[in-house]
Amino acid sequence: MSPIANKESKEQKNRAGQKIVSPDYLLFEAPREKHFMTGSEAVKEAVKRATVDASVSYPITPQSEAAHLIGELWAEGYVGVYFRGENEFGVMSEVAGCSIAGARTITTTSGPGTLRAMENFPMWSGTRAAMQLVLMARGINAPLTIQPDNLEVSFLLDTGCMIWYAENVQELFDMILAGFVVAEQPDVHVPVITAVDGFFVSHTREAIYLPPDDIALPPYDPYKAPMPAIDAEVPPGRFLRDPFVMKSNYISYATHASWQFEVRAAIERSRPYAKHYLKGLTEEFGDKDAEIVFVACGTAASQAKEAVRVLEAEEGIKAKVVKLKTIRPFPYEELLEATKNAKYIFVPEFNVVGWLEREVRRALYKKSDAEIIGTPRVAGGMTMPKEAIVKEVLEIIPARR
Amino acid sequence: MAKLGPAQYSPYPVAVYEGVLNPPPGKALLFNDIVDEETAMREAAKAMLTRENATIFPGPQVLYAWNEEAKKKAKLIKEMAEVLNAKIIPMYDYRPKYPKIDPDIEINPNHPNLTIWHNKIKACIFIGVHCHYANVALKIIRSETDCFTIAMCSMAGHEDAMITVRDQHSEDLEKFIEIAKEVKKELGLA
Repeated sequence: MSPIANKESKEQKNRAGQKIVSPDYLLFEAPREKHFMTGSEAVKEAVKRATVDASVSYPITPQSEAAHLIGELWAEGYVGVYFRGENEFGVMSEVAGCSIAGARTITTTSGPGTLRAMENFPMWSGTRAAMQLVLMARGINAPLTIQPDNLEVSFLLDTGCMIWYAENVQELFDMILAGFVVAEQPDVHVPVITAVDGFFVSHTREAIYLPPDDIALPPYDPYKAPMPAIDAEVPPGRFLRDPFVMKSNYISYATHASWQFEVRAAIERSRPYAKHYLKGLTEEFGDKDAEIVFVACGTAASQAKEAVRVLEAEEGIKAKVVKLKTIRPFPYEELLEATKNAKYIFVPEFNVVGWLEREVRRALYKKSDAEIIGTPRVAGGMTMPKEAIVKEVLEIIPARR
Repeated sequence: MAKLGPAQYSPYPVAVYEGVLNPPPGKALLFNDIVDEETAMREAAKAMLTRENATIFPGPQVLYAWNEEAKKKAKLIKEMAEVLNAKIIPMYDYRPKYPKIDPDIEINPNHPNLTIWHNKIKACIFIGVHCHYANVALKIIRSETDCFTIAMCSMAGHEDAMITVRDQHSEDLEKFIEIAKEVKKELGLA
């Protein structure tokens, strides 16, 4: 047998007949072609290449198309199981069942549905279920908002899930694939919430570079999970994963305490993997020694980059953007290093509470002399034009000097 | 394992909060130092051979014959116990037990300190325990006892143990047994 034939005979394929390739090949080495699509369509393209076993959806109007498009993938044979939940709480419970039974699982949500399902997120992490939630943030409000706003992310910060934040359609595609790889590491193995700004990313067409769709991630191996998968036939899986809520009166407080620390420790263990697959937990844009720094995530980072260009071109002011790709784990060291020359740190955000400003203040407390300024902050679906960011800088900084 | 004892106000210290992460592939963790696997294995053997009531805690991944590797490992663990003069107390079930465990014959991840206190165990090896339950137990043991913990993990390791070796398969266990025999001879215990 020739070496080539031998190589081909070793090729592994998934249920859809796609060739299994390494995560590094899929993310960094495979040739890519340019396409033009929405964030929701990018979710579909990522799931198509992710050897996904299960997905549950509850798409209510006005939803993103993402869940619907994953349904199409099921019809095409790329996703093993797909069904509709009774409501958002049902969906987030049902995906937990899929995940702890050993399936690579993904779902999507946004806004109020996130809060309706809220009890499930710490349950996911507490049962070490390595599933993925694509959160197309659209805010929480009465009257109901269906506009871009990322308030719900603040509610998710301490659920024990990893939280990554994509800036654009391309990053969303890559993060979904990397998300499975990092979340499923045996020493990490907590859920990953991949957030993007709804509408700005979910509904907007952008250029995106995609690898071929006949290659895909290796399948999930539940027997490497830090808890036994539910499997009534094969020990040690017969032990199931007893939810502590059912036996909380039988266990020590020690276990509850240690268990919670272990879940948070798992997020910390994701750092080296996330650094590799995301090419760093942060990204910098602009003058590296600038005294004016914008710390942002998602599309606020895009707008801040435009503001940096305007400040340089029209005002001769040097500035830079530090984009946070991960919120959990929070990139403390990277942020400290990137802001070491900063005198003014602006935190532009798409929400009313300024949760990222709080995170930045906490990270830099007593470690940086820079003034942290939580502006501009827009909410409820307002846009954040670059001119608004520039105006804030031009008004605030002369007043401080 | 960065240092002994409680961290901040938590009774359960967490090594990653002290900046200690699992070792990279091919390496091991000895307290908070990344060392060669052989160095860690020698120190592990020494701890087991010189501390009182050394005990191996095998978990479900090696207690039940659910694959060939598990069967092979189980036999090697018996051999390891003989070389190390160690007892074997299984962690056969992760469920909390009511009203309490029998610490003479079992260890449970929800209150592992009970078994260690009862048997006055000063050194132990976790092997075949699913990573989450090993981590939960190791944090409790580190804080509640003076037991020297060693984790032989088939995955990425356990930074809350005082020594952890990773990616341990049957051939690695065979290597550890050989190292333990050498250390035993060096200590004049063979």
